[in-house]
Amino acid sequence: MTSITSDTTAPAFAYRGLVTRRVFILALLACLLILSVAVDVSLGPARYSVADVLRTLVSPTDADVQMRVVVWDIRMPMAMLAVTVGASLSLAGAQMQTILANPLASPFTLGLSAAASFGAALAMVLGVALFPAAISLMVPINAFLMAMAAALLIFGLSTLRGVTVETIILLGIALVFSFNAALALLQYFASEQALSAVVFWTMGSLTKATWGKVAVTAVVLALCVPLFARRAWALTAIRLGEARAAAMGVPVRRLRLEALFLVSLLAAVPVSFVGTIGFIGIVGPHVARLLLGEDQRFFLPGAMLAGALILSATSVLSKALLPGAVLPIGIITALVGVPFFAALILTKGRKAW
Amino acid sequence: MVTLQLENLGARYGRHEVLSKATTPPIPGGSLTALVGANAAGKSTLFRRIAGQMRGAGTVRLSGAAADDLRYMPQDTGMNAALTVYESIILALKQGGGGWRLSASELTAVNDVLARLGITALAERQLPELSGGQRQVVSIAQTLVTQPRVILMDEPTSALDLYRQYEVLEALQSYAAESGAVMILALHDLNQVMRCSTTTIALGEGSILGTGPTLEILTPAMIRRLYGINSRVERCSRGCAMMIVDGPAESKRVAV
Repeated sequence: MTSITSDTTAPAFAYRGLVTRRVFILALLACLLILSVAVDVSLGPARYSVADVLRTLVSPTDADVQMRVVVWDIRMPMAMLAVTVGASLSLAGAQMQTILANPLASPFTLGLSAAASFGAALAMVLGVALFPAAISLMVPINAFLMAMAAALLIFGLSTLRGVTVETIILLGIALVFSFNAALALLQYFASEQALSAVVFWTMGSLTKATWGKVAVTAVVLALCVPLFARRAWALTAIRLGEARAAAMGVPVRRLRLEALFLVSLLAAVPVSFVGTIGFIGIVGPHVARLLLGEDQRFFLPGAMLAGALILSATSVLSKALLPGAVLPIGIITALVGVPFFAALILTKGRKAW
Repeated sequence: MVTLQLENLGARYGRHEVLSKATTPPIPGGSLTALVGANAAGKSTLFRRIAGQMRGAGTVRLSGAAADDLRYMPQDTGMNAALTVYESIILALKQGGGGWRLSASELTAVNDVLARLGITALAERQLPELSGGQRQVVSIAQTLVTQPRVILMDEPTSALDLYRQYEVLEALQSYAAESGAVMILALHDLNQVMRCSTTTIALGEGSILGTGPTLEILTPAMIRRLYGINSRVERCSRGCAMMIVDGPAESKRVAV
């Protein structure tokens, strides 16, 4: 009998080990992210040594003016925007996958990116400002408003009776095709100059980063994360299936609506600043899921760190691949991300998506 | 001691009334109660109505327990989340509230329920790796870990082999006896019902046809009425009641 009693404490012991391992993985991801940001800042068309860049970062007042401007006003905003945008898109993807119970859900597959591209193109091709009060910001504001409109359409339809998770996914895919068709129509009528602007925008780029954009994306993240964190147990329970979560007392319908609203905001803001960076919203969450499982206490920070790290590392690659040039980051995420992702899924061979 | 009583309970999907005037005497806790009825007779609907997941007419009277002491275990749905068995049980425990931290007593509660159901060895396994039967026992653990006083389980043994059925029903019986909880199980195997449950609720024709001691309810006449099957209930050589199926009744039951 004693052997049985001592045996039954083993699971809790093993679980504590699991938690320690996960905290360690999170810490490791954070360290890698800091490293990646440091490399990101030290790379660029102007060749400065890593030591010089670090010195400028630590004490900007002592550095020469040109260097201070390059490091603090050009490279740092880009590096930090990669972090906030990567974290936002990945978190948005993670929670979309959670509440829609679908591994393919992401800001990209639900049509938010396509809607944003269409909104941006409206401004660039036709000069239409959806919010005429701020003409100078009409491209990002148009993109944001269209993305929110698409999100709210999905959001609104999902409140209707009898609308299932599958319906929402199909609707998102329909939105992707509709907005792409509308975008193609705009491109057909566009001037050459406007056309190249649209094409560049839809490739996704961090090069127009400013501290203002970093601040806006950071504030949106800071608002959304605590709201998700408070619902961590309920969000994890939804992954056991709607019926089971409801049986555990989770208000599934309400939680899904709340999360969908937060996710819309979380996806629409970064997309309106950087254009189409499609892959982060799917890869970030899947990397976090493989490394940390789906307990939201680890999955939530994990998805954010993974997304930020992937986009930051991609930013490094986009500068390193062609010396002296910065390739559009949206292209790199797909080119490098897809094989990496395929390898990860196929070698791990887990049954959980 | 906990008791549960239903008074004129009704439930509808849209305009389609699936349950009406379901009434029972007070159902005592402390032992197992079986809910029997044909496919689509409304067993899950009745459970969901009692659990407050569906609205409808009538009242559910609980004595000795509060509404949030009640847990309903739906039939097995796919569990493809990247969670270990241990994590999935913690999850059930944490839905009642509490922050991100886990207390020692919460960890003990999970250990205890694993041991009670004999699945301690599964604690570190990932949910998607489990077999159907193992998942079913894990769902039962998720239900019991909050120590509910009223438990409604939808076919808790449908995926289990003979030995595990026996083991799990034994564990449920001992839980009911120790806690005095009302425990209603929707079951299809009438011989199993006769062996393990003291009370039986018969559900058919859109309402409750009878509630009482199992052998008084499960008569050949009631079995014919519920399932359209001719049968005998006889005593085996050791004195246990057993149902023997003879074949379909001439007047087949109307398809639902």
